[in-house]
Amino acid sequence: MGLNLEQALGVHPAALKLRAERTKILASNLANDSTPGYQARDMDFRASLRDAMHGHTQGLNSESDRTLYRVSSRASQDGNTVELGVEQAEFAQNAVDFQTSLTFLNMKLKGLATAINGNS
Amino acid sequence: MSFKDIAQIAGSAMSAQTVRMNTVASNLANAGTAGTEDSAYRARKPVFASVFNGAGARVQVLDVINSDEPLNARHEPGHPMADDDGMVFYSNVSPVEEMTDMMASSRAFSTSVEVLSRVNGMQQELLKMGQN
Repeated sequence: MGLNLEQALGVHPAALKLRAERTKILASNLANDSTPGYQARDMDFRASLRDAMHGHTQGLNSESDRTLYRVSSRASQDGNTVELGVEQAEFAQNAVDFQTSLTFLNMKLKGLATAINGNS
Repeated sequence: MSFKDIAQIAGSAMSAQTVRMNTVASNLANAGTAGTEDSAYRARKPVFASVFNGAGARVQVLDVINSDEPLNARHEPGHPMADDDGMVFYSNVSPVEEMTDMMASSRAFSTSVEVLSRVNGMQQELLKMGQN
């Protein structure tokens, strides 16, 4: 009976990688807070994760296909659509979600370790 | 791995905001500088642009331009810098504008520092994966 690590760890490795990618997009939004004409972007997380899970092997690499523009509630005069508060909240939430995925992954790994070592 | 990209993105934002802070300091320092119509100090303004690289976007300082707001002309015939008509040209720096610029710049810098420390924490946790 072979052990398929990919199957054993479930959705979490893909989720972790997508969270890291999303961190990059949100960090870009925060970095371009004062760049005229910059349009805030975000990732369609659900669609990206579905792509990653359903055999679209290139899904993880073509993350830019799944980046969408954020609809800002009020446009600024210089065309910049970054709203600092919104982006900071999303960034913090994303960091916690990353931590959550990591915790799940650690629990899975611990479970596997227990299965391998036995209950000794 | 995208963590290195994030550090570069946050770093580029920090250096761009430092340039902006530099111009603010220079503008405020020269707020009361007098000169002739050609030599008078004009407020300096940085121009930011984003550089896209995959999903991320760095910030780049394209140029630092001189503001084309009208200079503050005053009739002071006794002034050593006065021209033939007795006009002295003071800089076109608006201190209020510079102060708000300074606050915005400082806030943006803090945000970048916060991003860096958050990402650092995430990376530390990732390194410890499977150890506990």
